[in-house]
Formats: sequence, C-alpha cells, structure tokens
Amino acid sequence: MTRLTFMLPLLWLLFTAPVQALQLVDDRGVAVDLASSPRRVVSLLPSLTETVCELGRCDRLVGVDRYSNFPAQVRGLPQVGGGIDPNIEAIVALKPDVVLMATSSRGVQRLESLGLKVIALESRNLADVQRVMGKLGQLLEVADAQRIWQAIDAGVSAAAQSLPAAARTTRVYFEVSHGPYAAGTTSFIGETLLRLGVKNIIAPGLGPFPKINPEYVVRANPDLIMIGERNAQGLEQRPGWASLRALREGRLCVFTADDSDVLVRPGPRMAEAARIMATCIAGKSRSTVVDKPGRVAPFRTGGLPG
Amino acid sequence: MKASRRALVLAAVLLAAAAMLLIAGASVGSTGFDSVLQARQDATAWQIVWDIRLPRTLGAWVAGGLLGLAGAVAQGLFRNPLADPYLLGSASGAALGVALALALFGASPFATQWLVRLGLTGAAFAGAVAGVLLTLALAKGVQHTLRLLLAGVIVGVVLSAARDLVTLAVPDILQAMQAFMLGSTSFVGWTSCAIMAGVLVPGAGLAWLLGRALDGLALGEATAASLGLPLAAVRVALVAVLALATGAAVAQTGLIAFVGLAAPHLVRSVAPTTHGRLVFLSALMGGVLLMSADVLARWLVAPQELPVGVLTAVLGGSYLLWLMHRRSGRGGVFV
Repeated sequence: MTRLTFMLPLLWLLFTAPVQALQLVDDRGVAVDLASSPRRVVSLLPSLTETVCELGRCDRLVGVDRYSNFPAQVRGLPQVGGGIDPNIEAIVALKPDVVLMATSSRGVQRLESLGLKVIALESRNLADVQRVMGKLGQLLEVADAQRIWQAIDAGVSAAAQSLPAAARTTRVYFEVSHGPYAAGTTSFIGETLLRLGVKNIIAPGLGPFPKINPEYVVRANPDLIMIGERNAQGLEQRPGWASLRALREGRLCVFTADDSDVLVRPGPRMAEAARIMATCIAGKSRSTVVDKPGRVAPFRTGGLPG
Repeated sequence: MKASRRALVLAAVLLAAAAMLLIAGASVGSTGFDSVLQARQDATAWQIVWDIRLPRTLGAWVAGGLLGLAGAVAQGLFRNPLADPYLLGSASGAALGVALALALFGASPFATQWLVRLGLTGAAFAGAVAGVLLTLALAKGVQHTLRLLLAGVIVGVVLSAARDLVTLAVPDILQAMQAFMLGSTSFVGWTSCAIMAGVLVPGAGLAWLLGRALDGLALGEATAASLGLPLAAVRVALVAVLALATGAAVAQTGLIAFVGLAAPHLVRSVAPTTHGRLVFLSALMGGVLLMSADVLARWLVAPQELPVGVLTAVLGGSYLLWLMHRRSGRGGVFV
C-alpha cells in the first residue's frame, strides 16, 4: 500500500511529463492550444518571417507570403499568396502545425474553420516587436529570445551613439507613402527616430501614420526629408515645396526598395533600420553638407554596409 | 421558339453548365488535379477537395445566384436597366461595417472579443442591412420609387465617405479594405454556403410569387395600381428580398462587381420572359457567371490566384459589349 501511494505520483509524472502542452494568447486575445512546439510553420507576414528566422528557426518554415523576401533562404519556399489574399488551398496542402499572420487578415476565420492553428500577431511599435519576438520564442522553443531582442536593442543604441552631437538637432520628415502619410512619433519608425535623438516634425498627438496636408511640411520646414525611391519623384513639384530648405540644399534621404523593406517592417531588422537612418542623417546634417544648391547629389543608401 | 420553351431550355443549359463547372471547380486549384486523384488515400487532399474546393465553387454559385436575383429584382422594382443590387446603400454600408470592425479591432479588449465573435462577415452583413434601413428612413418608406433611388444613391455616397474617413484615421486597414472591395470567393466554407442558400431559396421563392406584380410595375405605377396590386406591400417585400440577398452575398464574398447588373441582361438577351421566370433565370445566370469566374481565377495563373471580381467584370462585360455590338446593327440595344 505504501509502495503504491509512493508510485502513484511517479506514474502521474511519467504520463503527463512528455505531453508539453503549449498555450499562447495571440493579439486577438484568442488562446491557441498546441500539443507541442510546431515543426511546420507558415508565415503570412514579412516581419513575422524575419522574426522566425532571427530566432534561428528558419528551417521550420514551410511556406511564406509573396512579400517575404528576407533572409535569402526563404525565397526558395513555396509562396502561398499575400497577407490579404492568402491562398487557402496552398496553405492547407503544406500541412502546417501553425499559421502566423496579421490580425487584420480575412483568412484567419477560414483557416481556423479548416482545423488549422492560427496565431495572429500585429506589431505597431518597438514594444510590440519585443513582445512578438517573445511570443514566437515561446512558441518555437527558443530560450534566448530576450537576449536576441537585447542585441537588436543594443544595435539601435549603438546607431544612436554613432551620430555626431551636431546631428541631434536635425528636424526630420519621414514620408511613409503617397497621400502623404507621415511616420508619427508613436509608430516604430518614429520611435527609432526618437531613439536616434533627432526631432520628428510630426506632432506627437497625430497618431502612428497620420495623413498630413503638404502645407504641414512647408510650415515645419524640416532639415531633412526621408522618403522611399518610389515616392521621391516630383517632390519639388508639390505646391510650395520648391522653397523647402531640405530640397533646396539636397538634404534628402532616398531609400532603395531593399532599404525601404528594412525601414518599414516592424521586425528584427530594426537595428539595421536605425543604422541606415543614422548613416544618412550623419551624412546630411547641416555641419557636413556644403551649402551649394544643385551640386549635392541626392543621398543614396544602396551601397551601404549593414 | 415559344418564350416559355426558350426559358426552359436556358434554365436546363445553365443548370448543366453549373454541374460541369462544379466538377471543374473540384479539380482546379493550386495543388492541381493531384488532389482529386489522391483524395481517397490522403487526408489533406481529401480536405482540399471536400472542404475547400467544393464549398468555394458551390459558394460562388450561390453568391452569384443571390446577386443575379437581387439584380433582377432591382431592375424590375426601379424600372431601370442600370439598377444593380448595390443600389440601396447595402454595398457602402457593408464596406463601412468592415472598415469599422477592422479599425476597432485591438482598440479595446472588450471590442476585440466582441468582434472576434461577430467576425468580418457579421460586420459586413450588419452594415449592409443598416445601409438599406438608412435609405428607407431617408426615403420615408417605399412609396416613391424615385425617392428611394435617390436616397439610395445619397446613402451610398455618404457611407463611402464615412468609410474613407475611417481608413484615413487608421491607414493600417487600407490593404484589408482593398481586398474586401475587390471581392473574393477564397474564404467560403460550408457554413457560408448554407447561410447563403438559406437566404437564396426563400428569396427566390418570394420574388417568383411577386413576379406578376413586377410585370405590372413594368407597365407603370398607375397601371399597376389600376390592376389592383397592393403596391406598398409588394415594394416592401421586394426591398426585403433585395437587401437580404445582397447583404448575404456581400458579407461572405465582398463586393463582387457586375454580376448583379449583367445577369438579368444576359437572360433577357437570350430568352425575353416574364419577371417570374426572369428572377429564377437571372439567379442561375449569376451563379454560372460567378462560378466560371471563380474557376478561371484559380486556373489562369495557377498556383497563384486572380481576384475574382476582376474576372466577373471582364467576362460579363465583354459578353455584353459583344452583344451590344451585334444588336446595334439591328436597332435594339439588348432586346
């Protein structure tokens, strides 16, 4: 009898220990139960793809969306549509243990009704990036997820420290897309600018990506304009913009498509994004640019290290 | 050939086409025909054919049917060949509903929980019905067709503007909104099929019962009233069919263009008939139109997919253009 009472807890341990149930609450507030850490993962958002790979679990990805293009090894994976138009059949055919996607995607309900596990995550700022990295670390059994995050965080700080003190007074306008939509102070881009110590011309109360009036930029007259290659055409033709100090003096950071990917994705390449911005700011700050209109070629970031 | 005989032949042809398209729909997709061959052995292949391809193909048929039915009812009710199912503010209402749902998502834990339960389809349906109710309130009921039409246009414009305001405030949802505006049959499952069929069958039945009243309305309101038709009751019933059919289709598939407008015209061009038969034939035609668009969308650029709304416009539109071109030589436009 005493032997039996001794054995019972052991037996209980024996039967329950190998089944390591995993529960995760995603950004919809839905608790997702998984029997074990997923071996086959489909990611439908580039920033999530990059995070999975940064955590060293790239080998578990079996499919990605058509916009996931980094790191290079995900380019060979089957593409299963985009975040807004996921190809349900192609995803099911890959037999994933879990599908990672944005909360705003329409496919979430459909995929769940087909019996797939869906984890919907959304990053809007630096804290979100850290949180998503922690969640994915927990999901994919990565013990040092927080250490990886700290390395990224240190990278951002290092980029900030690399900036000369004179550059700190630079007042920056970052245009995310036509509209024009600006990067506000609460967006991850705005937060990076803040970490770099430069000033964002967008007032803090305007939200993450406010659609602004072009006259707002004219009034603020920024020292530096940051913009993607695709939107950089015809800036001088915008009403009143020809007189902008930044345009007259060629203080313009035009980012290539590849650099734009780094800058606009709230993922693990935030340190690289900070470096790209810092290099441009340092090269374009008032102390270094010779004040001769027309002589200064627009700054290109294509050949930069990082 | 007698008109009734023609209608019967057309119905038979459309049903046969639907059956063939159903088979095609089951065999076409990003994993190709292999899924059909392996369906017996492989559980995933079975799931792809039975749980994804079949409900989506049937769903396209039923959604197209709903839009075709709504189009025939709208054109009869408003005596206007340009009337389409989205006329009474249901489309812009649904779009606003989806935009609000997407924007409020994550705004507060309470809203998020509630929205997860309601889903985007629920938000779209609620928005569509609210849009029509707003139109009815503005038009002060259904007595005046012209006032109803105007109110519908105004509500459409105002709600679209409201949707634009929401998207401007939360630009994150721009892409998701665009996907909704293009329309898609990708996310239709068996539940969606059942819901849509549950609206289509009674809706088509009711519209068929009101077919004679629609015939009467076609002769003008005064004539219809002199025939002793209870016009007010008829209009309420027709608006209800129109709103529910459109709302159900839009909620499950998004804003699919052109099917509702083109289906009744296509039917009339082949077999001019009474409204009682027209609503049925138009539903069948709409179904076949959307179903073929769905199959082509999966097939043309496989393993990728085209947005189905683009294809409905190309398919229906080019056929109508050809028809106009052919008929214009003989004096008529469509008839």
